[in-house]
Amino acid sequence: MADKMATRQAYGEFLVEKGKTKKNLIVMDADLSKSTMTAAFSKAFPDRFFNMGIAEQNLMGSAAGLAASGYVVCASTFAMFASGRAFEIIRNSIGYTKANVKICATHAGISVGEDGASHQTFEDIALMRTIPGMTVLNPSDGNSAKILLEQAIEADGPFYIRLGRAAVPLAYAQDAGLKIGKAHCLREGGDCAIIATGIMVDEALKAAEILAGEGISARVIDMHTIKPLDGEAVEKAARETKGIVTAEEHSVIGGLGSAVAEHVALNCPVKMRFVGQNDVYGESGKPDELLKKYNMAADDIVKAVKSLL
Amino acid sequence: MIDLEKLDLVKEKAREIRVDVVKQIYFAGSGHPGGSLSAADILATLYFHEMDVDPAEPEKKGRDKFILSKGHACPVLYAALAERGYFPKDELWKLRKLGAMLQGHPSKKTTPGVEMSTGSLGQGFSVAVGMALASRLDGGGRVYALLGDGELEEGLVWEAAMSAGHYRLDNLCVILDWNGLQIDGKNEDVMTVSPVDEKFRSFGFNVLPADGHDIPELINAFEKARACKGKPTAIIAKTVKGKGVSFMENDAGWHGKAPSLDEAGRALSELGGEL
Repeated sequence: MADKMATRQAYGEFLVEKGKTKKNLIVMDADLSKSTMTAAFSKAFPDRFFNMGIAEQNLMGSAAGLAASGYVVCASTFAMFASGRAFEIIRNSIGYTKANVKICATHAGISVGEDGASHQTFEDIALMRTIPGMTVLNPSDGNSAKILLEQAIEADGPFYIRLGRAAVPLAYAQDAGLKIGKAHCLREGGDCAIIATGIMVDEALKAAEILAGEGISARVIDMHTIKPLDGEAVEKAARETKGIVTAEEHSVIGGLGSAVAEHVALNCPVKMRFVGQNDVYGESGKPDELLKKYNMAADDIVKAVKSLL
Repeated sequence: MIDLEKLDLVKEKAREIRVDVVKQIYFAGSGHPGGSLSAADILATLYFHEMDVDPAEPEKKGRDKFILSKGHACPVLYAALAERGYFPKDELWKLRKLGAMLQGHPSKKTTPGVEMSTGSLGQGFSVAVGMALASRLDGGGRVYALLGDGELEEGLVWEAAMSAGHYRLDNLCVILDWNGLQIDGKNEDVMTVSPVDEKFRSFGFNVLPADGHDIPELINAFEKARACKGKPTAIIAKTVKGKGVSFMENDAGWHGKAPSLDEAGRALSELGGEL
C-alpha cells in the first residue's frame, strides 16, 4: 500500500476499473484530463470519453443531456470552474432534472498550492449544498475516495464529489466499511469532537495526537458526506463531548462548519469553533505552508479545541 | 415529394397551436406570446411531420427528441404536445397556476413529452449536444433544438455550437427562430448577433435558410438536414414575432405580456378560435 495518494489519483484509477464493467459510464472533461486524472479512462475507453474543451458550462449542459439519455456521467474539471463558472447550469440542467451526473471536481481548496488564489476555491461546498437533491462528498484519502465513488456511481441522481490535488496519507483500508451519508469516527474521544472533511481529516488526526499528549481526548469524525449530513453523528458528538470544532479546506462561511452549525442550532446547541478559510483569498505557496499561513493546520485545530474547553 | 393531405394537417395544427397559445397565456395572466407565435409553424412541422415520436410512449427508445432551448416560449411546446396527445388539453388552461403540470418554463419532471427543463437560455442547446452524443453511441434518434435569436447572445450557445461542430453531430438540428426582436427591442439595437449564417458555418454547421412560416420550406429544410452527413445543421428560420395576430406582429412589447380579455378575443377571432 502506498503511503500517500491524492484523491484525484484514486479517482483516475477508479474510473479505469469501473469502466470495465459499467458499460453506460461516460467520462467528460474540460481540457484538464491529465490533471483531473481522467486521461487514463480516455485511453482505455475512447468511445466513452468526451473532451469538451475549455468550456465548463457546456461540459455540464452536455453531461445533463447524456444523463437524460440513460448514461451515468462523470464530469470533471477543477473545482473552481465546475462549481463557480458552471453553477447555474448545474443548478438548472443537472439539479432541477435530478440528472445522473457525478461532478468530480478536483484541485479543490488551498492545497492547489502554487497556482494561487484564482484556482483555490473555498466556495464550492457552500454553492453545491444549496442545490436541492445534490449529494456533496469530500473524501479524505485515496481509499475512501474509491469506496465513496463506487457508491456514488451506483446511486441515482446528481453528486458533487470534491477531490484534491495534493497527495495525502491513506487513513483507510481498501475495504473500509464507509457509507455515503454516514460519518466515520476515526478516533474516539470524550473532551471534544473534531468534525473534519477532505484533507483536513489528516490535520484533525494530527491535532488529536498533539492534544492527547496534553491530556485532552479529542474525537475525530470524518464527515465525508456534507450533504445529506449525518445528523446523528453530530448530535452524538454534541451530547458526549464539551464542544465541536469543524475543520475544512473551505470558507468558514457556508461549508461543513455551517452545515454542522445549522444542525446543532436546531437539535443540540453546543459550543463550536470553525477552522477553515477565514473569508479571504489565498495565494501561491506550498500546500503545507498555505495551511499554516491561513490557519488550517493541525496547530490551528489544537488552538480551536483549547479555546472551547 | 410533400404529401398534400399531410401538409394541410400540419397547417391546421399550426393554427390550432396558435389558438392554444393565446388561450393559455390569457388564462395564465402572464407568459410569452410573441416568441410562441413565431415558432408555431416550426413546432407544428416538427411534431406533425418531421419527428418520430410516440405520445403513448413518451420515453420510447430511439425516439427523436425536441428541446425548446428558448424555454420561455413553452406555450407553443405545450400546445404542440397537447395537440399531439401527450396530455389532455385541459392542462393547457392551468398553465402557470399553483400545482399545475405546466410550469412557467418547461419542466421535464412534471410534463410528459418535455425532454429537458429549460428556461435559462443557452442550456437547452448544450443539453441537446449531450443528447446527440448519446444518440450516436446507442443508435438513437435525431435531436432538434429551437433557439431564439436573442438567445445567441449567451456565451454557452457558442460553447455548444463549437462542440457540435467538433463532434460532427449530424444527428443534431438546431432551428433558429429568427424574429429579430428581444425584450428590450431589436436584436441589432440591443446586441448585434448578425451575421448568424457565417457564424454557424464557421463553427462547422450546415446552414440552411428557411421561411419559418412556410411549412413546405421547413419540411424541405428538415429533409436536407437529415441527408447532410458529418455536420450538424442550423436552420435559420426567418419568422415574425407574434405571427398570426395582427396587433402582436413585430412588436417587442408582446414578448412577455398576456392579452386582456378584449385582446384575447380579437386575437382568437383572427386565428379562428374562441375562449
